[in-house]
Amino acid sequence: MRLSPDDIILWQHGFLKLNGTIAFTWGLMLLLAVGSKLITRKLSTALERSRWQSLLEILVTGIEGQIADVGLRQPRTYIGFLGTLFLFIAMANLCTVIPGYEPPTGSLSTTAALALCVLAAVPFYGIKEEGLHGYLRSYAEPTIIMLPFNIISELSRTLALAVRLFGNMMSGTMILAILLTITPFIFPIAMSALGLLTGMVQAYIFSILAAVYIAAATRDRAPARR
Amino acid sequence: MDHTTLIAIASIVTAGLTIAFGSIGPALGEGRAVATALSSLAQQPDAAATITRTLFVGLAMIESIAIYCFVVSMILIFANPFWNHVIAQAAGK
Repeated sequence: MRLSPDDIILWQHGFLKLNGTIAFTWGLMLLLAVGSKLITRKLSTALERSRWQSLLEILVTGIEGQIADVGLRQPRTYIGFLGTLFLFIAMANLCTVIPGYEPPTGSLSTTAALALCVLAAVPFYGIKEEGLHGYLRSYAEPTIIMLPFNIISELSRTLALAVRLFGNMMSGTMILAILLTITPFIFPIAMSALGLLTGMVQAYIFSILAAVYIAAATRDRAPARR
Repeated sequence: MDHTTLIAIASIVTAGLTIAFGSIGPALGEGRAVATALSSLAQQPDAAATITRTLFVGLAMIESIAIYCFVVSMILIFANPFWNHVIAQAAGK
């Protein structure tokens, strides 16, 4: 019973391992990069535009709207990071319709890496907006006694992000594998559709939570700034 | 009862109890969250987008607790270090 695509070893040399997670992740990156390169070769602003360009426009304006709703001013600065998070996790789950594919987010390594990216991005954007002193002072809000709790909450919500995504993806693939040994056709298909739905919801949750954490770090604190 | 049997019994029972008790709390919490969201949607239908989005974020946070219990249960069944240790010992003998 395979717990994650980490156990699919494609090539090994000493302690260097090429496992399924790495292969699937690079395949996804290739798909996303080559796909968008092909679509954006001929962009047009006329009424006649290709369906794929409309798809990309829907995605970009949708993500921008969500980021603005969360309370981040100038969504364009953050859409590179947050949009990539959403698109990578969403594509990683959507591709489960391809037989033989296992989502790389079903491995704790991938989700931990994504959560660490968020952990690094929050101080990055916070310092960019508020300055180093302003950002560090936010840890002492509302009183200095809250300093250890604020630090602990930073670490625990990173852990929660990683485990939430990992648990949802792993449980989806595992339930499917267990059901396939018990019942034949129909029930595993229903579970697989449910897995697609939860994958989309989890991709949305991951990026929205990242946006909320960044918004909490970059909101206007000192009234004298205006 | 030797070590192997004891570890096996403890792991199996704990795995079952973990996921059983761990699902009760989140299920009750999610039920309350959805009920409140529905009543506030009925009161203010034009805030539907905000309410729905906040509902989904809240549900994901509540769901994480059940996911933690599920991960512990899976570890006990499939990646149990104590079981691997006694099995390695038994194989080495």
